[in-house]
Amino acid sequence: MNLMHYKKLYFLISALFLIPSIFSLIVWGIKPSIDFTGGSILELRTQNLEPSKISETEGIEGLSVQKSGEETYILKTKEIDEQKKNQLLENLKTEFGEIEEVRFETVGPSIGKELIKKTILAIVLAAGFILLYVAYRFKDKKYGVCAILAMFHDTIILLGAFSLLGHFLGVEIDTLFVTALLTILSFSVHDTVVVYDQIRDSIKKNPQVEFKALVNKAVVETLPRSINNSMTIIFMLLCLYLLGGQTIRWFSLALLIGTISGTYSSTFTAAPLLIVWDKFKKK
Amino acid sequence: MTKPRFLIWFILLLTLVSLIVDFPFIFKLPEEINISWGPIKFRRELKIKKGLDLAGGALLVLEAEMKDIASEDQDEALQAAKEVIARRIDLYGLTESLIQIAKTKDKSRIMVEMPGVKNIDEAISLVGKTAQLDFRELSEDKKASPSALQIFDFMPTDLTGRDLKKAQVQFNQQTGEPMVALQFNNEGVEKFAAITQDNVGFQVAIFLDGLPVTIPTVNEPILSGQAVISGSFDLKEAKNLAIQLNAGALPVPIKIVEQKTIGATLGEESVEKSIRGGLVGLILVILFMIVLYGFLGFLASLGLVVYGLLSLALYKLIPVTLTLPGIAGFLLSVGMAVDANILIFERLKEEKWLGKPAATAIELAFGRAWESIKDANICTLITCFILFNPFNWSFLNTSGMVRGFALTLALGIGISLFTGIVVTRTLIRIFYRSKP
Repeated sequence: MNLMHYKKLYFLISALFLIPSIFSLIVWGIKPSIDFTGGSILELRTQNLEPSKISETEGIEGLSVQKSGEETYILKTKEIDEQKKNQLLENLKTEFGEIEEVRFETVGPSIGKELIKKTILAIVLAAGFILLYVAYRFKDKKYGVCAILAMFHDTIILLGAFSLLGHFLGVEIDTLFVTALLTILSFSVHDTVVVYDQIRDSIKKNPQVEFKALVNKAVVETLPRSINNSMTIIFMLLCLYLLGGQTIRWFSLALLIGTISGTYSSTFTAAPLLIVWDKFKKK
Repeated sequence: MTKPRFLIWFILLLTLVSLIVDFPFIFKLPEEINISWGPIKFRRELKIKKGLDLAGGALLVLEAEMKDIASEDQDEALQAAKEVIARRIDLYGLTESLIQIAKTKDKSRIMVEMPGVKNIDEAISLVGKTAQLDFRELSEDKKASPSALQIFDFMPTDLTGRDLKKAQVQFNQQTGEPMVALQFNNEGVEKFAAITQDNVGFQVAIFLDGLPVTIPTVNEPILSGQAVISGSFDLKEAKNLAIQLNAGALPVPIKIVEQKTIGATLGEESVEKSIRGGLVGLILVILFMIVLYGFLGFLASLGLVVYGLLSLALYKLIPVTLTLPGIAGFLLSVGMAVDANILIFERLKEEKWLGKPAATAIELAFGRAWESIKDANICTLITCFILFNPFNWSFLNTSGMVRGFALTLALGIGISLFTGIVVTRTLIRIFYRSKP
């Protein structure tokens, strides 16, 4: 089986996902949640709420209503305190009858700004440490750079997917998404390390065979493991996404997208990149 | 082969201990460990600690306004404020609460987590009030012409909440209205006696946080050191005021900068749903492994069961506060636990292709796979470290949700290395080898 013969096809598939991702990120950006912007969220459970009627009557700045489940609604506003919230709740109760308060979150604007800083730092730190580790692990620059490129590939696709979800479904980026992103960074490298290990192993054993053939051999050998392993993770995440309740729904989806992309990239991006690198060096 | 023999007993013992810790009621044991053995003391309730998002409850992030406090005294003031809040919450009966200081270079914050709190409004007003109590009297010229009195006509005295010994809710014998009875300490008794002596026939005001609560007229000097605050309280307000006065005033004013409240029903639903989701996932993984690898897959699934039992036991013993992302972290690490086994089984296939006998193939496969498994997991552990932020670095996140995820994921990787390598390997050595 000569998997590495179809390099161009793999890069094309990657491009098919990367280009819309980058496009969406540039044009629409991502939608930060109140974790980062500050503001308040009030989630309600009630049978007869009419979203269109609410927004005008309550006199609260920036109020928007979204249906979040069968009988649940999410109200988003500028930052309000407990008192104002209770007042809003009373108003709604007189208008629409029985209402249960499911969840209330309010974040001050200064907290949001700090969190942005902390998040960026965490990403930089994690990426930095992973870079260091990859550099140490693969003293050959070729492997290090390609592993990192594969990691970027997954990051962009994950960010792009949530940029699109944000634009079309209003999905927001919160602290949990960042957690998922960092986990995917490490998963991506984790998966690539296994493939590269096999490649170096076969180079050691067969020093005189052509590089491309060795990469191919290693990929063919690790592919079942890669797919089988990812399948188990995907089973878990898919069940969580479908059955696991709405609080971790998008979190599970982020991990799911990242896992799929990470599995694909370690075999079909990271490995062919090595061959391309090798070719250029020889020229 | 003494080693696997010994190991299998060790694994069985470990599994049994985990089972007891996980389900003490099956063995009719109490849900608590209490070991006191010389200097070693170990006490744990054998219950999973549920985080806010699972138990319902409230999280408050309070910011202290330090602008009026000298910079060298700020740390002390923050610490004192934390203790006051802790006392208040304790007196209120929320014993499971967690109160932490989060200080950055220009912000002084206190995080209060109150899982299971029912009446959130009340809890917020209880925690947030400064509760600065002081007694004020009229200035001399106002005493001369006491007409059209206003708040600022009252001058502070040296009698404050610090001079209190105890505050207590009582009921007015005539009207049945709740009120707060104050008992002063020795110094307070003297101060109060002096004030009442100076003000016979005049009004004395009791101020709370700069606003008058009650302005009684002094009929005669009070030497017993007892006073009553009777505003138009309802019972709850009177109780809270008594708690606040007993716990002491906050040394700094605070305001709420972040608040999360989660209804108990949402928590229950989330637990149910994620456990159901996880179980379905787990069954799928076990089926998948058995279909792919047959008897080996079955052995790996046994390892997975040990993994689940061990994790649950550790969550109880450490103890880990479980949050929804924490559950996700655990389930994700199940996937990674299987990874170790899949790597090994794939290598095993290769070795067998090369025509090596089963016994040698197994040992070779484990040896080779170990290298990859070890390396591959380091990256994830690094990320967990940053997410968990074990040293409470103020420049990184300290959110409970994120930490919950990082902790269960890191634990999961650690345990899965043990079950994936040691447990499964031992099982395979013993059961697989005896097969022809």
